[in-house]
Amino acid sequence: MAMSLSLLFRRCCPKNRQALHRLFSTASTSESSDDADIVISGGGMVGASMACALAYSDSFADKRIVLLEAAPDRGDFHLPKRYSNRTCALSPSTAGLLSSFGAWEEIEMMRSQPVRRMQVWDSCSDSMIAFSQEDMTEPLAWIVENDVILGAIMRRLRQAPNPVDIRFETSAKSFVIPHVSESWEEKSKHPWVKVELGGEKSIYTRLLVGADGSKSAVRAAAKLHTVKWNYEQTAVVATLRLAEAIDNNVAWQRFLPTGPIALLPLSEEFSSLVWTTTPEDAKHLLKLPEESFVDAVNDAYWHERDKNALADKAVDGFSQLLNNIMPGGTAMKQLPPTVTGVEEKSRAAFPLELMHASHYVRPRVALIGDAAHRLHPLAGQGVNLGFGDVECLTRILEQAVAGGSDLGSLNHLLTYETKRQRHNLPVVATIDGLQRLYSTDFTPLVVARSLGLTAVNSLTMFKNLIIQRATA
Amino acid sequence: MFVCRTCRQTVQSATYVQWPSRACVTAGRGSFEQRRGVHNTRVQCQSLRTRLVVLQNKTNLDVSLTKGAGISTSSSLQGSAEENDQKFQRPMAQTTIDEEEVKKFSNLAELWWDEAGEFEALHSMNELRVPLIRDALVNQRQQESEGTVRPSLPLEGFQILDVGSGGGILSEPLARLGALVVGVDASEENIKIAQAHVMHDPKVARNIKYIQATVEDLVGTEAEKFDAVVTSEVVEHVADVPTFVTACCQLVKPGGSIFLTTLNKTYLSYALGVVVAENLLRLVSPGTHDWNKFISPQDLQYILDQNDFSTRLLHGMMYNPLMKRWSWIKNTSVNYAIHAVKAT
Repeated sequence: MAMSLSLLFRRCCPKNRQALHRLFSTASTSESSDDADIVISGGGMVGASMACALAYSDSFADKRIVLLEAAPDRGDFHLPKRYSNRTCALSPSTAGLLSSFGAWEEIEMMRSQPVRRMQVWDSCSDSMIAFSQEDMTEPLAWIVENDVILGAIMRRLRQAPNPVDIRFETSAKSFVIPHVSESWEEKSKHPWVKVELGGEKSIYTRLLVGADGSKSAVRAAAKLHTVKWNYEQTAVVATLRLAEAIDNNVAWQRFLPTGPIALLPLSEEFSSLVWTTTPEDAKHLLKLPEESFVDAVNDAYWHERDKNALADKAVDGFSQLLNNIMPGGTAMKQLPPTVTGVEEKSRAAFPLELMHASHYVRPRVALIGDAAHRLHPLAGQGVNLGFGDVECLTRILEQAVAGGSDLGSLNHLLTYETKRQRHNLPVVATIDGLQRLYSTDFTPLVVARSLGLTAVNSLTMFKNLIIQRATA
Repeated sequence: MFVCRTCRQTVQSATYVQWPSRACVTAGRGSFEQRRGVHNTRVQCQSLRTRLVVLQNKTNLDVSLTKGAGISTSSSLQGSAEENDQKFQRPMAQTTIDEEEVKKFSNLAELWWDEAGEFEALHSMNELRVPLIRDALVNQRQQESEGTVRPSLPLEGFQILDVGSGGGILSEPLARLGALVVGVDASEENIKIAQAHVMHDPKVARNIKYIQATVEDLVGTEAEKFDAVVTSEVVEHVADVPTFVTACCQLVKPGGSIFLTTLNKTYLSYALGVVVAENLLRLVSPGTHDWNKFISPQDLQYILDQNDFSTRLLHGMMYNPLMKRWSWIKNTSVNYAIHAVKAT
């Protein structure tokens, strides 16, 4: 009898099963509250891909996953003609994650531009470094618009085999986290996280995943400490038109004393600009007429005003020496394309800061993406770290399901934290260090960094190691 | 809170630990077993008829409490389950649940279930023993029939007896994997703690029943009922190991499995299991283990042999107190695990 009933249970479609579950669940849960296995707060690129990764995993076939997104439902994504000014450089490992649930194929059907070479150089000296995979066959990264990434993920999420309960225009008013929130002690002492949605509605969940960005409400509710500082810098973004249609597959980044400027390929004719500079300078750049803005961009790439004679001489001598030891070992400097126009209304600016949470997890709470770490866009690593979090947390939760453990158990969440911090912290520190090293024109530092860059550029083995680290 | 084995509805009852709800039994459906948790005496009824009379008297009392005297319940014998359910619903104030008691055991449950607390080593041992049980049972099923296993509920359809279930640290993961788990423990407190904890997770509670009993008690009624019997970290606390293991073996279906994890009787196990773990590192509270009760795998295998079991696997286990993780090793001189299968 019991067997046949459980068989009947299994055959019921998921919707009925949920209804049945509610029918049979205890009377202690009131009408307006709801049980979930995982609630993901925030349906941005990282949050949505977390939901998608779970929805396409067999282990979560009968788990209830809820995705909360404050924005309204925009329906199926239609590719606009104009390029958006917000873009990401997706690494091959991110592409691997997205393709595990079919979103990468959707992106390729829409638009993406591979980066096969990356050239980074200094405005204070002639030193430079160039990265590329061997023979330039495999791309280092792909430049994709944020809207396209999110549109592709949402499309796959809607077709997922284990349906995810996506709640648009919904955001949590507050969270009651066991052993952390004051209200938990006074009230129910329910061992799960209570997500209060306002209007008497709430969800009890075994695990709460905070994907709600750098101002994460989940992080605040879990009382997780963060380390952060403001760079006193602003990033100016824009979509730029190039002088002529070229085989546009190189990312160009030049370090100016005010901050790095990067030109990322979008198509044969268009490139995306990410120019980090002082807040005053950024304000001025936004106000400039289009023609003057284009001149400013070209000037930033070509001008020789910051040249330091001593550093130049040192680099010159050093590279000659290197050439004698290892002839033909160093990659040659190439010239960036000339910009002729900026797309109307594509200019925008946003402030930059570094933020890193000292812990990513609490019992029944985990942070992913910008909620856990936010860094300078100079190496385009920010969103890739977030997607790495998604991949890692999904694997660990799959193991937890296979071992029958409670999804919110701290045991495996700590494994997630250890693994990700071991990966993320060096990246955060390196990028912060680079940003500091290059935001000065103090001669001894300029000489040191120029010689260092020249040396690294000639050491192919070391360079390949950097590529491996940055793309994996 | 308990779940009826027959109609899958939840019933709240403090003095009865039962799978078929009273409503179902009264309606004449399902088997009936009843055990008074407090005195540990089995109420044995001669036939279904007498059981119903016993129940009828009991329910009369309940109904008259809530709805006042004068309401006839004699029709409930023929009545449908739905009707009966309505009659058994009582206001919370009149249940036999003692709020204070529930609170007390919930607090104790927090102690048992603190993954970084006193039972940390038992929690992390799940990383070894749950996959051991899961893989052995799933492999066995795949050899017998070519049915596909659902990755989310691999143990669906298995009935497992967890002997010495304690706070339910091992019972809950097994139930979460789909098995119907019966947890028995000789301590009433442990049973209440386990019940207080599982109560919050309806999905798991559906698959678990905790009973205060000894295995010897169960042999009379539950012989050869279980696909697997698990006694993890129990044998080293038992007074008479051969009798205990024999009773466990009798509860296993022919072709079913028994899983044991315990401590070996060696000098090293005394040094590590008693001196270091209890007195130096305080991994478990002092006095937990009595080295004289430890048993070597050979002795254990001999008892299993006597009961028609053949050993499939014997592994050593090692705990790393720095990483707080268990791992499998070849050496069985401290902790070890045995999987044996009953002859068909």
